[in-house]
Amino acid sequence: MSAGPATTAPALKMGGRRLPPWVATTALLLPAYGWLLIAIFLPLGAMFLFSFMTATPIGNKEIGYTLDQYKIFFTQPYMWQVASWTFQIAFATTLICALAGFLAALALARSGLGRSQWIFLILILLPFWTNGLVRIFSWTMVIREGGFLDAVVQFVLPEAGSVGFLYSRPAIVLGLVHGYLPYMVLTCYIAISTIDDAIVEAAESLGARWWTVLGRILIPMAAPGLIAGSVLIFVPVVGAFMEPRILGGPQGVTLGTVIEDSFTQGFNWPQGAALSFMLLAVVLAIFATFSGVLRRNAQW
Amino acid sequence: MKAFGRLYLCLLIFFLYLPIGVMIAMGFNASPYYQLPFEFSTRWWNELWQNQDLLEAGRNSVIVAVIVTLIATPIGTAGAVALHRREFPGRNFLRVMLLPPIAIPWLITGTAMLVMFYWSGVGRGFHAMLIGHVALAIPYVVLVVSTGLQTIRQDLEEAAMSLGSTPVHAFFRVTLPLLTPSIIGAALFAFAVSLDQFVISYFLATPGYTTLPVKIYSAIRKGFTPDINIISTVLLLASMALVLVYAVFSKFGAGNVRR
Repeated sequence: MSAGPATTAPALKMGGRRLPPWVATTALLLPAYGWLLIAIFLPLGAMFLFSFMTATPIGNKEIGYTLDQYKIFFTQPYMWQVASWTFQIAFATTLICALAGFLAALALARSGLGRSQWIFLILILLPFWTNGLVRIFSWTMVIREGGFLDAVVQFVLPEAGSVGFLYSRPAIVLGLVHGYLPYMVLTCYIAISTIDDAIVEAAESLGARWWTVLGRILIPMAAPGLIAGSVLIFVPVVGAFMEPRILGGPQGVTLGTVIEDSFTQGFNWPQGAALSFMLLAVVLAIFATFSGVLRRNAQW
Repeated sequence: MKAFGRLYLCLLIFFLYLPIGVMIAMGFNASPYYQLPFEFSTRWWNELWQNQDLLEAGRNSVIVAVIVTLIATPIGTAGAVALHRREFPGRNFLRVMLLPPIAIPWLITGTAMLVMFYWSGVGRGFHAMLIGHVALAIPYVVLVVSTGLQTIRQDLEEAAMSLGSTPVHAFFRVTLPLLTPSIIGAALFAFAVSLDQFVISYFLATPGYTTLPVKIYSAIRKGFTPDINIISTVLLLASMALVLVYAVFSKFGAGNVRR
């Protein structure tokens, strides 16, 4: 693998002289796709195999193959509850992001900001490219008991008790919304900025009120951005484990934390692998359903 | 209506930066239990320099990110050139295959790497992290360089070849110099992806070899003092600086094309 980058340049040279063009093409592509094969696709395959094992193959244990790992939802009914929490958190996060993000994109594109649009957009997107873990951690400073929020509330109302809600599901949703909102702002902004002002003006000159413009023009035309943003948020959120762990505490049991535990605490790798694959199936189903919309948004 | 829009945007930006601001401020608060009222102190900044564990994790993060950048940038650039400038069967399939590393939740990719590397004897630690981070960075490099390639006219290269240049010579003397801003942008991107990567690192770390985000996570779970805020602030500002430099470079690249 380490020979990868070195092999590309000479092969290119040969491609220019005598060898057929496919040799150069292959030499250019092989390092990238070889690396992805070894580091992404083979591991996913290995994990698929693992999910059928009876135990983690470490030491000299006898390993059999079974479908039992996939029956966890029937042998442990508690898992239904965990899955339901996970999807509730994911739906709540996506919905809040869709509402707040769509409005932000609308405000960005249609508030007559002119060139300062870019400053607002960069300010909104900047935190998105910083460390997600640090941003989740920073919320604990705000919403813990005796934290910043409490200090502000008690400054205004000295008699008030604590309003801190760290270690609850709303805290998880808050942190996730904070983390993924910029995605939605960006996808909606791209969709809305392509809307021709003349269409809106035409509707208004024909007597359309703002809710008609919103419901009949802006939302339908921004729909691809809304859908793309929702998919791009929903997918990582159902697989989140660090956010529920830090902001949810004991309340933060999700599919993600159960998978994390089976790999780091319980050492039950086949179980974790089976859960990971069920999650992957959900993710792929979502991508397959919305692939048309996503492709229209993508560059290629 | 327009004033309302601006007010809303300002509130949104306040919401996005509020916790970050509070976290940074708390790093300069004297109380080890984050107690308010605020009392300014540089105590935790000094403590940080005593905390060898955190400093070493920070050093590891930077070293991994530099090596990942050096490996992923040429590999990804080569891939982007082939995908963009060459006709071959299965090209669309290969383009789609760039998406799983970005789109599949890192929890799934990370645990899969853990299983595979443990099983095959590669093990965990520095080299395992390197393999994982490079795989995550390659698709981003390909995407950024491809965007750059789209803005460079291919007929420039053809013109060079009609004047007697070999394809390789034409690529290195015509396309590559025009592509440099995009490649630098892609390298910054790869660096940022590796520096901020937590999930993959978390599953591939060993007790003896961790990176900064993994260290911060275990500190958050096991109890911590405000020196964590200080190092988090440094990490945050570093990524923000990288993004801003990237934005400048991509603008510079766009300006280059117009000339």
